[in-house]
Amino acid sequence: MTARIQTAADLKTYRQKLTAGRDPQKKTISVCAGTGCCAYGSTKLAAAFEQALGERKLQDQVQLRLTGCHGFCEQGPLVVIHPEGTFYRRVKPEDAGEIIDQTVQKGEIIERLLYQDVEGQSYRKEAEVPFYKNQMRVLLAHNGMIDPTTIDDYIAVGGYASLSKVLSGMKPEEVCTLIKKSGLRGRGGGGFPAGVKWESCRAAKSEDGVRYVICNADEGDPGAFMDRSLMEGNPHSVIEGMIIGAFAIGHPGKPEGYVYIRHEYPLAVERLGIALEQAREMGLLGKNILGSGLDFDIKINRGGGAFVCGESTALMASIEGQVGEPRAKHIHTVEAGLYDKPTNLNNVETWANVPLIIDRGIEWFTSIGTGDVSKNPWGGSKGTKIFALVGKVNNTGLVEVPMGATLRHIIYEIGGGIPGGKKFKAVQTGGPSGGCLPESMLDLEVDFDKLTEVGSMMGSGGMIVMDESTCMVDVARYFINFLAEESCGKCVTCREGLRQLGIIIERICAGEGREEDIQLLSDLSQTVAEASLCALGQTAPNPLLSTLKYFREEYEEHVKLKKCRAKVCKALIKFTVIEENCTGCLLCKKKCPSGAISGEKKEVHKIDQSKCIQCGVCHDVCKFNAIRVE
Amino acid sequence: MTVKFKIQGRTYEGTEGESLLGAIRRYGYEVPSLCYHEAVSPYGACRLCLVEVQKGKRRKLTTSCNYPVMEGIEVFLDTEKVVKHRKMVFQLHLAAAPAAKNLKELAAEYGVTSTPFQPADEKNECILCGLCNRVCDEVVEANAISFAGRGTSKRMESPYDETAETCIGCGACVYVCPTDCIGMQEEKNIRTIVRWHRDLPMQTCKTCGRPFAPTFQLNEFAKRVNLDRSRFENCPDCR
Repeated sequence: MTARIQTAADLKTYRQKLTAGRDPQKKTISVCAGTGCCAYGSTKLAAAFEQALGERKLQDQVQLRLTGCHGFCEQGPLVVIHPEGTFYRRVKPEDAGEIIDQTVQKGEIIERLLYQDVEGQSYRKEAEVPFYKNQMRVLLAHNGMIDPTTIDDYIAVGGYASLSKVLSGMKPEEVCTLIKKSGLRGRGGGGFPAGVKWESCRAAKSEDGVRYVICNADEGDPGAFMDRSLMEGNPHSVIEGMIIGAFAIGHPGKPEGYVYIRHEYPLAVERLGIALEQAREMGLLGKNILGSGLDFDIKINRGGGAFVCGESTALMASIEGQVGEPRAKHIHTVEAGLYDKPTNLNNVETWANVPLIIDRGIEWFTSIGTGDVSKNPWGGSKGTKIFALVGKVNNTGLVEVPMGATLRHIIYEIGGGIPGGKKFKAVQTGGPSGGCLPESMLDLEVDFDKLTEVGSMMGSGGMIVMDESTCMVDVARYFINFLAEESCGKCVTCREGLRQLGIIIERICAGEGREEDIQLLSDLSQTVAEASLCALGQTAPNPLLSTLKYFREEYEEHVKLKKCRAKVCKALIKFTVIEENCTGCLLCKKKCPSGAISGEKKEVHKIDQSKCIQCGVCHDVCKFNAIRVE
Repeated sequence: MTVKFKIQGRTYEGTEGESLLGAIRRYGYEVPSLCYHEAVSPYGACRLCLVEVQKGKRRKLTTSCNYPVMEGIEVFLDTEKVVKHRKMVFQLHLAAAPAAKNLKELAAEYGVTSTPFQPADEKNECILCGLCNRVCDEVVEANAISFAGRGTSKRMESPYDETAETCIGCGACVYVCPTDCIGMQEEKNIRTIVRWHRDLPMQTCKTCGRPFAPTFQLNEFAKRVNLDRSRFENCPDCR
């Protein structure tokens, strides 16, 4: 660590010094150290590389770099050898020596570590793998390149240059206008134009000049990890965005910063903490940043695990030490938010976009995405969006695409389609309160407005793919119950409304649905959506309303025919023995946990329906395809 | 600042930022509510005071208690939308608090006498409106009770559902509770606030000998106004 950087010129000199000392051709082993790969054992793998390099006395010639999430989490631990870009997946500690000997030193490829697609084709380089090739990685571009715990790595790739540009040559109002004209809309799900919010917050009255700048990192959607990966992999991009925001919104004055981050994200908290400390030491946070007169610092506030605290007013209540309950937003938080001061809250991904827009300009940013934002910041969706692609899809992981990419492009070209030759059924976008879209919508261009039009939403960017073995009623049941549990319970429509929706849908799945239930679900959903206090309640019925709209026949089958076509709802399925296939091998009888199967050796077995618990073990173990599910 | 706004097409005056529900009632219109009280801040939990508000081009359904009066807004009561959703809200309340008598009466006034929903605890009377909590915090400043839990397990409680140690037994919560589910008793010179498990011995009046207020409450008052404790020994009648 060097002395404080006091001016924009200091930063430039420091960067030049850094890049001059770095050889872009130097052999580098990048090991993904995101949460996913760490869970697969990348920490041990990195230690094995370190040891192997030591044994070969190569520590000086070859650099080992632990980076943030590369995105292809399903194939972890991931290793990329630079400068060639050789891409290895599922790498084990015992492979470390071989990789150094063969690939790093001789440039030879180890075939077994290469990624193979479903057709069996292998890919040598990261950039050639369809999962990466079909993306547009702008925000995630540096995730695989830099060590998130080293500020020098970020500065070397141009980090903090945007901040320097802003502080040394722009007026705060100009920055607000620029962000507004870029058409950047809130990545947390609302899609509100960030520049408009910044301007309103700047214009709002603050007696003592205090204005709060908050980063919402309370990413709580099941299966979503975009924000986590950004914070773990490139924390300085978020910090830089926030400092620029603080200048634009609160300078001259007393801007103060908070990052509200889930306590369940220990690695992100740790890396963000390190990054803040390093930025402070360098003088990029604190008093008189880069000689501009801007004083600004950021505190980390850890959330206690309530999903509802991702809602902006509940989040602010939580920072204040109050119960995390939302309030009505008739008075906007830009006027009276945290501690009743003007407060500007943006999501992690929104903040990370800011330095990019400043650096590359509005023209670049508006050339990506949909619509026209030149006259109206709501006129389109610009830039890229990161999605957490999960569920019944071959390549799961983090995916960054331009706004307007079709669902088909994301699911098939990047995601590699549905595994096991099964048929696509639905995709849920936008997290638990998003809608489930059917196959006919696969060519929908994904942006804020188009998703809302068809009854779903962008949300923070969760994308769950479902195949034909998914029961849509069961999916709605799961999400309604999740949201009922996560409702803060303040208003009756959300608390009691979701509980009642849960009761009705549970009853339908249990085969006890009544004729009038479908209408009741629909009516009650309308009330919950229209009469609830905050966005959690207002969007909670989306999974139900969208499945009722696009998959109504499944509800009708459950209620009228007591049938679950996906064979998921246990009360509606029956296991029986196909007599002509049964060899009397005794296996199902042995495995049945409820003793429901009878029969002697070499005799046809029988399932006692009164004892059967529909666990499906008999079906799974039978080698002769002799168990029927209906 | 005085502003002009419309209710049902007629123009009225109000103070900018005041509760819309308060203003609506001031001008003689009826809108049901259970969680609103003019002495405390609005909360927006019972969702019964729904109205439609037109502001500029946008018209939306909102609760009126926590909606601030603004220049130029137009308020519509009893529209088809309001009536439809309010009915559903009443039905939800009836299922959540089946034993709340006052709730049943209010719902009946609006034509809702049954609910299609499965009732929760048959004995439950509390609608979680939070009025007791707000009056205790904002008016009495005793901060004796609070919400605990979240979502469907949310409840109003004394800390850990044990004795509310800072409760002064004033009974303000009992007074504001719309469903009368807190309970206050006096027996053998002990005042009990049933729901908060608080038993407080009463002080007897030095002059007439009648028990008139919990000793703990008088101690608290003496401390707050910084007066000698001896000034609190007579009942209001004998002072």
